Amino acid sequence: MPSLGADMTEGTLVQWNVKPGDAIKRGDIIAVVGTEKADIEVEVYQTGTVEKLIAQPGDKLPVGTPIALIHVEGEAPVEVAPVQPAPKAGGRVRASPMARKLAQDLGVDLEKITGTGPHGVIERHDVEQAAQTKASENAEHIEAAAPAKPVAGMRHAIAVAMARSNREIPHYYLSTQIDMSVALDWLQGFNQKRSIENRVLPAALLLKAVARGLVQVPELNGFWVDDQLKPSPEVHLGVAISLRGGGLMIPAIHAAEQKSLEELMAALRDVITRARSGRLRSSEITEGTITVTNLGDLGVETVFGVIYPPQVALVGFGKIMDRPWAAEHGMLGVRPVLTATLAADHRATDGHRGAQFLQILDDLLQEPGKL
Amino acid sequence: MTESEIQTAIFDGLRKIAPETDPRQLSPAANLREALDIDSFDFLNFLISLHERLGVEIPEADYGRLTTLSALVQYLSKKLPREPTKAS
Repeated sequence: MPSLGADMTEGTLVQWNVKPGDAIKRGDIIAVVGTEKADIEVEVYQTGTVEKLIAQPGDKLPVGTPIALIHVEGEAPVEVAPVQPAPKAGGRVRASPMARKLAQDLGVDLEKITGTGPHGVIERHDVEQAAQTKASENAEHIEAAAPAKPVAGMRHAIAVAMARSNREIPHYYLSTQIDMSVALDWLQGFNQKRSIENRVLPAALLLKAVARGLVQVPELNGFWVDDQLKPSPEVHLGVAISLRGGGLMIPAIHAAEQKSLEELMAALRDVITRARSGRLRSSEITEGTITVTNLGDLGVETVFGVIYPPQVALVGFGKIMDRPWAAEHGMLGVRPVLTATLAADHRATDGHRGAQFLQILDDLLQEPGKL
Repeated sequence: MTESEIQTAIFDGLRKIAPETDPRQLSPAANLREALDIDSFDFLNFLISLHERLGVEIPEADYGRLTTLSALVQYLSKKLPREPTKAS
C-alpha cells in the first residue's frame, strides 16, 4: 500500500487495472487506491510482470503492506509478507478514525455496534451496516441519514497534515510586491496570437517564474527528512487546487523548470481537470517538492501559507491589483501589483536566502520573454 | 440566435464547471465568478465552451467586461447574427 500523502496511514484498494501475467512498465497505472482525500491512480515504478495480486478490492491496509508481487526481469520475485488489516483503537469505544467520522456523519451510535475488526475494533463497514439496519427500522430515517460526505475525510486529511506542519516546522514568512505591468503586457501580446483554447493564464506565468527561481535557490525545493535538507534535482511544483465540494488537492507538475510556458499551461490544465474529477496519479500526490498557492481569484491580497510536510517552502500569490507605484524618475503611477509571499522552513533556510528568492522571482517577472 | 438560446448556452456552460449550482437562479446583475465561485481556470474553460458552441471569438481584452449574466448575454448578442423577424 503506497503512501499517498504526508500523514496517510492506510488506504483501501478500490480496483486492480492489471491481472497476473500482465507485462507492466514504469509509469503504468496498475490500481486505484482510496484515501481520505480521494481515489488515486497508483503508478508502478518497475518494469516487469505481475506475478501475483495479494490484496483484493475493498481491502483496507496499512501503508507499506505489500499489495502485489511484481517479477522484475533478472531479479528473483520478492517474498511477500502476509496482509494484515489495519488495527485501530482509541477512546472508550475501539473504532477506526474513519469509522468514527462516518458514525458522526450518519448519526450512528458507536456504543451500539459490535466491531468485526481485529480485537473487536469497529471498522467502516460495521458503521455502514449499522446505518443500513437503522434506516430499515425507521423509514423516516432514510431521508435524514445523509451519505458520508467525501469532504469529511478530506477535511481530516488536511487537518492532520497541517497540524503536523505547525507542530514540526518553524515557519518564517517574507513578502514582496511585484510590479506586474511588464509581465501582463507581454502575456497579452503572447495570447493575442493564440486561439482561446491555447491562451496562457497569468497563473502559469507565475508558476514558470517560481520554477526558474528555484533553480537558483535549490534550498527551497526539496524535503526535510531525517533532520536534514534533501534538495530535489528537479522542480516538481505542487499546485494547490481547491475542489468544488470543499477541500483541496496539491498535485505536482513534474520537472516544471524544464517546461515551456505553453507546456506548463497544458500541464496546469491537465492536473486541475483531473484533480477536480478525482483522477490524480500517485506520483503527482507524493512527489511535489514545493507548493504554490494562488488565491488571487478570490480577491485575497496576501497569502500566508502553511508548508506541506516534508516540503520546506510554500509560495503564495494574491490578487494582481492596481496600486499607486513609484516608477522611474520618481514619478507616481498606477501599476498592476502582485504580492508574493514565501513561507519557508527555518531549519532548511534563513530569511536572507528566502529574500534572495523573492528578489529573483521579481527579476524574472520583469523579463517574461526570457522565462 | 435569440437571447433565450444564448442564455441556454451560457447556463449549459456554467453547469459544466459548477454542476452543483443552478445558474437559472442567478440575478442578471450578479457577478458570475463570485456568485458561482469560479476561478480563472474555470472561467477560461467556460469561455472556451461558449466559443466552441457559438463560434464566437472572445478576445482576452474583453474578459473583464464579461462579469455578469446580462453583460455576457448583451456581448454575445452583438457578436452573433440576429434571427430574422418573422412576418406576421
